[in-house]
Amino acid sequence: MKRLMVAVLKHTNWIWMTSVFVFLYLPLGFLIFFSFNSTRQDARFTGFSLRWYEALMNDGRLIDGFWLSLKVAITTGTLSVILGTFAAFVLVRYTRFKGRALFSGMINAPLVMPEVIIGLSLLLMMVAVQRTTESWFGIGWPDRGFITIVFGHTLMGMAYAMVVIQSRLRDMDRSIEEAAMDLGCRPAQVFFLVTLPNIAPAMVSAWLLTFTLSFDDVVISEFLSGPGVTTLPQAIFTYARRGINPTVYAAATLLIATVTIVIVSYSIWMARAQRQRARETQAAIRQAHQYND
Amino acid sequence: MWQLLGKAGKRGVIGVPYMWLLVFFALPFLILLRISVTDMGGGVDPFVSLAQMQDGVWTLKLKLANYVSIVWDDQRPGEATIYMQAYATSIRYAALTTLFCLIIGYPFAYFIARSPERFRATLLMMVMLPFWTSFLLRVYAWKGILADNGVINRLFMFVGLTDAPIQMLYKDVSMLIGMTYVYLPFMVLPLYATLVKMDDRLLEAAYDLGARPLKAFWLVTVPLSKAGIVAGSMLVFIPSVGEFVIPSLLGGAENLMIGRVVWDEMFSSNNWPRASALAAIMILLILVPLAVYYHYSGEREAQAGQAS
Amino acid sequence: MTVNTTNTSGAGYLQAVDLLKRFDEVAAVDQVNLSIDKGEIFALLGSSGCGKSTLLRMLAGFETPTTGQVLLGGQDITAMPPYERPINMMFQSYALFPHLSVWENVAFGLKREGLPRTEVKSRVEEMLSLVQLGNYANRKPHQLSGGQQQRVALARSLAKRPKLLLLDEPLGALDKKLRERTQFELVNIIEAVGVTCVMVTHDQEEAMTMASRIAVMSQGKVLQVGTPSEVYEYPNGRFVADFIGNVNLFDGHMSVDETDFCEISTPDGVVRVNHAVSGTLGRELTAAVRPEKIVIAKIKPDGVHYNLFAGEVIEIAYFGSYNTFIVELPSKHQVKITQANTSRYETSDITWNDRVFFWWPEEAAILLTS
Repeated sequence: MKRLMVAVLKHTNWIWMTSVFVFLYLPLGFLIFFSFNSTRQDARFTGFSLRWYEALMNDGRLIDGFWLSLKVAITTGTLSVILGTFAAFVLVRYTRFKGRALFSGMINAPLVMPEVIIGLSLLLMMVAVQRTTESWFGIGWPDRGFITIVFGHTLMGMAYAMVVIQSRLRDMDRSIEEAAMDLGCRPAQVFFLVTLPNIAPAMVSAWLLTFTLSFDDVVISEFLSGPGVTTLPQAIFTYARRGINPTVYAAATLLIATVTIVIVSYSIWMARAQRQRARETQAAIRQAHQYND
Repeated sequence: MWQLLGKAGKRGVIGVPYMWLLVFFALPFLILLRISVTDMGGGVDPFVSLAQMQDGVWTLKLKLANYVSIVWDDQRPGEATIYMQAYATSIRYAALTTLFCLIIGYPFAYFIARSPERFRATLLMMVMLPFWTSFLLRVYAWKGILADNGVINRLFMFVGLTDAPIQMLYKDVSMLIGMTYVYLPFMVLPLYATLVKMDDRLLEAAYDLGARPLKAFWLVTVPLSKAGIVAGSMLVFIPSVGEFVIPSLLGGAENLMIGRVVWDEMFSSNNWPRASALAAIMILLILVPLAVYYHYSGEREAQAGQAS
Repeated sequence: MTVNTTNTSGAGYLQAVDLLKRFDEVAAVDQVNLSIDKGEIFALLGSSGCGKSTLLRMLAGFETPTTGQVLLGGQDITAMPPYERPINMMFQSYALFPHLSVWENVAFGLKREGLPRTEVKSRVEEMLSLVQLGNYANRKPHQLSGGQQQRVALARSLAKRPKLLLLDEPLGALDKKLRERTQFELVNIIEAVGVTCVMVTHDQEEAMTMASRIAVMSQGKVLQVGTPSEVYEYPNGRFVADFIGNVNLFDGHMSVDETDFCEISTPDGVVRVNHAVSGTLGRELTAAVRPEKIVIAKIKPDGVHYNLFAGEVIEIAYFGSYNTFIVELPSKHQVKITQANTSRYETSDITWNDRVFFWWPEEAAILLTS
């Protein structure tokens, strides 16, 4: 008994980590496993079947939702990265200007605030704007739908993008910007020719992150969408509230598969690029010592 | 100083995101406050117009009754309104979730940070992978797992722990499991970031001076990771207060949270002003944790600046 | 006696006129006036915080002076932004663009000028062969060693044929062996190109080897400007004397003042110097003598009448090519003496705690007033 306890204590770290990983992946496993179930049951596996995948292909709501979510997410990702880069630049490079505290507060807030508050306040504003434009110009804009959802998602996305880009911007060696200026670049040129290429990896990460967050969002979409405009998560949410629907499991499995492939390949690619780089740097140093360079 | 852009350029760079934030963040809040003191509109209008022109003079009508009705129920004076109960429930669950995330997440982050370097990237990727797959779907999965005839109940009955299925859904248990599950990465990541930067040599110095491992942990590691603990806790607590999806799918009538209440007021009762008032009070509730978060994230910014 | 040599031609190619740079309340550069000739290599020498980097950055255009002017070839460039100045800088960290190849790094400045492609190509190739990196044109910076990166940085800063080249601690990142070789290579390349050069360094050896003239700086001010030998042999004050190389200082006051010699009375004895000095008897002066000018021996020498002292050896260091002795005088004043190992057999027979004599010729010491 004592030996068991000692063994447990010694390997606490692995035991704890494994347990947490099991906890994290349990739902994923569940979704994948039961997406292949031949009946509606979600506790007994009655047989292997692809019927839910078939159902998925024929489910108009889910398919339409998918395309809409895709469009929204791509737009959001792009807008968020652009705005996030601006914001990161402002926070990292301009340490003193009037209203900096307010700016910093505003841009960090969406990271923490409950989505209900953000969704609600944005909805109120959009409706107020729509009313105003209607009374002034006769046409109410914006109509609740694609544009409003994008605005809402971008507010969130911008905050996340900024965090990612900010950290890369901070670590960047600033002397290369000065070198660029020294060699004749005007400030705007410096940004596009030197700064941007150097923060590009962070911008890609930020795009992926905001894309995912937008694709996955329920609350803000619900608040800001209009009749006939339903994103994929909204459709799933509706199904989810009603009960068990293995078609959703099938959708989930496809999503998990896609995300896993993308993330794993990205990680492998990054690791390989890093190792390659380290090897080249070492080779250069060794070569230098050889020729006493 | 040439600050990378001339003075005019600098104003432009600051101006663009600033304008965006003012329009899409600050303005909505102001409108929220305004509507919270407005009347409910009749018919299609969820609220009457914000301001009215009368004889060339702008007038504003303020209706504080929305706020009053949240705090005080005429029909049952002396008892807490369902709104107040909902606030209390929300804070309770948010606090519990934060606690569980901390208990589970701190050792987890610690072990990953202390793992051999070649494993860390993979481990982190494995932590992040579920995060990237829709959280809605994962919460939905828990609904299936925790159902009366779901996987866990069947397992318990199979093993003989119980004869009849235990109802886990729509109760405290399922809510807390769901919330802890979803928010765990938000706790783990800031903790990991802080712990991994910690210098091993500080611990070695502590051992050298006679501290036993557990004591060294309390006296050295924990205080140094304070910024991470606070950041992680705030990142979990503040959004949890207003959480909507998880209570909708895994919660029941007895643990009504304020997120759902706001939703119902908005889309079922169509009472936008009261929903706004509820949201305004929610903002008030989270102001203090928000301030704590800003203070600590500012500190981490400063630390990062010093280290570079 | 103080010696302060400046160039003789009056208006220099590069001029700093009353340059002052204040950060909050502190003057990082305090009323600096410099005149640098065309084609010379000029060093700003000082320890960290003395203002040399700020001064360099003002020349480059990255800092604007609080007051004062910078003139290049007679033209006032004080208000010019860095990308308009005909000046190029080689950064301490090299600042090579990591996303561009060596070739593209060197071509970067040329492309900004809008030169035709053929000319860009020939110029880049010219520069790369000048620094002997012709075969590395397609490599990225991380694929190069530190020394190679530096050469790329140099090629890049010379590509635009600037009127002034600025070097920021050029040898700081290199290890000792490499530093010695690179010192000469750099100077050769710069002189071959013929560009006027201002360099900043905290390493006096670097300054003495590479520069034709040195400005010694401290706390924002220029203390002395002169050729390396002038600054070494005729420092104009305690700081400069102590900063460059090693020096022994004997504080005292003038006791004898004649036309061809004078004597300083110090707590350790009398120091005689073979020239006259302005001032009256009793004037406070410091005699400064370099360790290598002092002779040390165990036996009292005959025929030495002046500047002869005795003391106890308390420290010895063996440096291979020379020995260093620290000798303590009865007044507890410690004097540093270096002796070259000129012969293989004759390791010095002086050892710890020996009583020794040391002396120096009349012309070896110099007198300082500050």
